Amino acid sequence: MIKTDILIIGAGPTGLFAVFEAGLLQLKCHLIDALPQPGGQCSEIYPKKPIYDIPGFPEVLAGELVDNLMEQIKPFQPGFTLGERAEKIEKLEDGSFIVTTNKGTQHHAPIIAIAGGLGSFEPRKPLLADLSKYEDNGVAYMIKEPEIYRDKKVLIAGGGDSALDWSIFLADIASEVTLVHRRNEFRGALDSVEKVQQLKNQGRINLITPSEVVGLHGDEKLEKVSIKRTDTSEEIDLEVDNFIPLFGLSPKLGPIADWGLEIEKNAIKVDNTLDYQTNIPGIYAIGDVNTYPGKLKLILCGFHEATLMCQSAYQRIFPDKKYVMKYTTVGGVTGFDGSKKEAPKAVIKSID
Amino acid sequence: MSDIKIKITDRDGVLHEVDAPTDMNMNLMEVVRSYELAPEGTIGICGGMAMCASCQCYIKSDHSLPEKSDDEEAMLAEAFFVEDNSRLGCQIHMTDALDGLEVELAPEEA
Repeated sequence: MIKTDILIIGAGPTGLFAVFEAGLLQLKCHLIDALPQPGGQCSEIYPKKPIYDIPGFPEVLAGELVDNLMEQIKPFQPGFTLGERAEKIEKLEDGSFIVTTNKGTQHHAPIIAIAGGLGSFEPRKPLLADLSKYEDNGVAYMIKEPEIYRDKKVLIAGGGDSALDWSIFLADIASEVTLVHRRNEFRGALDSVEKVQQLKNQGRINLITPSEVVGLHGDEKLEKVSIKRTDTSEEIDLEVDNFIPLFGLSPKLGPIADWGLEIEKNAIKVDNTLDYQTNIPGIYAIGDVNTYPGKLKLILCGFHEATLMCQSAYQRIFPDKKYVMKYTTVGGVTGFDGSKKEAPKAVIKSID
Repeated sequence: MSDIKIKITDRDGVLHEVDAPTDMNMNLMEVVRSYELAPEGTIGICGGMAMCASCQCYIKSDHSLPEKSDDEEAMLAEAFFVEDNSRLGCQIHMTDALDGLEVELAPEEA
């Protein structure tokens, strides 16, 4: 069981900054995120895109902002449970919570801060009849263990980096790799596009474009797919063991929607007059995942919400302690790792 | 202040005739959101970067629209329910030339 003071669900910019504000109050944080890396949308969807409205940064790339936040919170040694989705919540008698992920990892904390953005990122699934029947019977949306594709006939669909990269990778493992995409053009790193071209020329990747998978066949498990050329409408059947559609990810609020929280417009209602607490005391929602009159889904608003949330969380954990907010310029930043940053002392020296 | 009229059929098939400002740097996705013609969280998920297809719509009138960018082409190639007249609403900026535009929102991806 992982124990912490504030359990943050969602490791996007708002969740990461909450670690800093909590750290100033000597509160420890642990973050859960369904993605394998921190940063949320900033890392997953638009790491190379510039943001112009972070106060003090005339221009910063989304990926750089995440790197900076990770650097800023490093002294506070946050824990991470990545690649797992927060699934269940249980309230204990003492008012604290246990949150369990889809992989069974348990987290115990007196305070929960949901910073889940638009939700956890789930693979986009193609619209095919019987798709669910073949899930885990030949159809997968993520490649977890490449070895299971050894000497198999694999078909990958998609036109982005992950489709290209996995086609390249599996060309060495699978007996046959077919890549299907609705266009002739691929959107990916130039290196990857060139490498796929090279493997195609060598006959190691079977490229079928422009085309799409339109049907799945097989009794118990996937045996064959129908592929339709989008230019000529000609259809062919291809024997395959595995079909891996890689159409990117889209966010879904997911299991959090069933935690008994008040939901409005696909977001969690919070008290914006005070501390961004939800209808369940001890559970807060900050950043894009919350809603209140006048809400703006901006990173800078998430930072502010995280800051007020931490003050309230502190009061909740230590109801009897007196505390006043201290400026970092005055108090410096003392990390849990023993590091200390502070303003240099002024030198007092007479000038002759 | 100048407004144009746009006809938008929502995902339930209901037709809305709305005024869209041309002087606010708005795109079609934002117009749909401003009138709440699709629930928040189901449209404009990526914020308007042509990186999701939640604002896909079908163009019903014969207005001449700006060419699709590479990003829009690529995204539509991976979207579902795509038709020949599919566009991403976030890539269509409100200009006087679009007065009378008629569009239909594509179904929400499951």
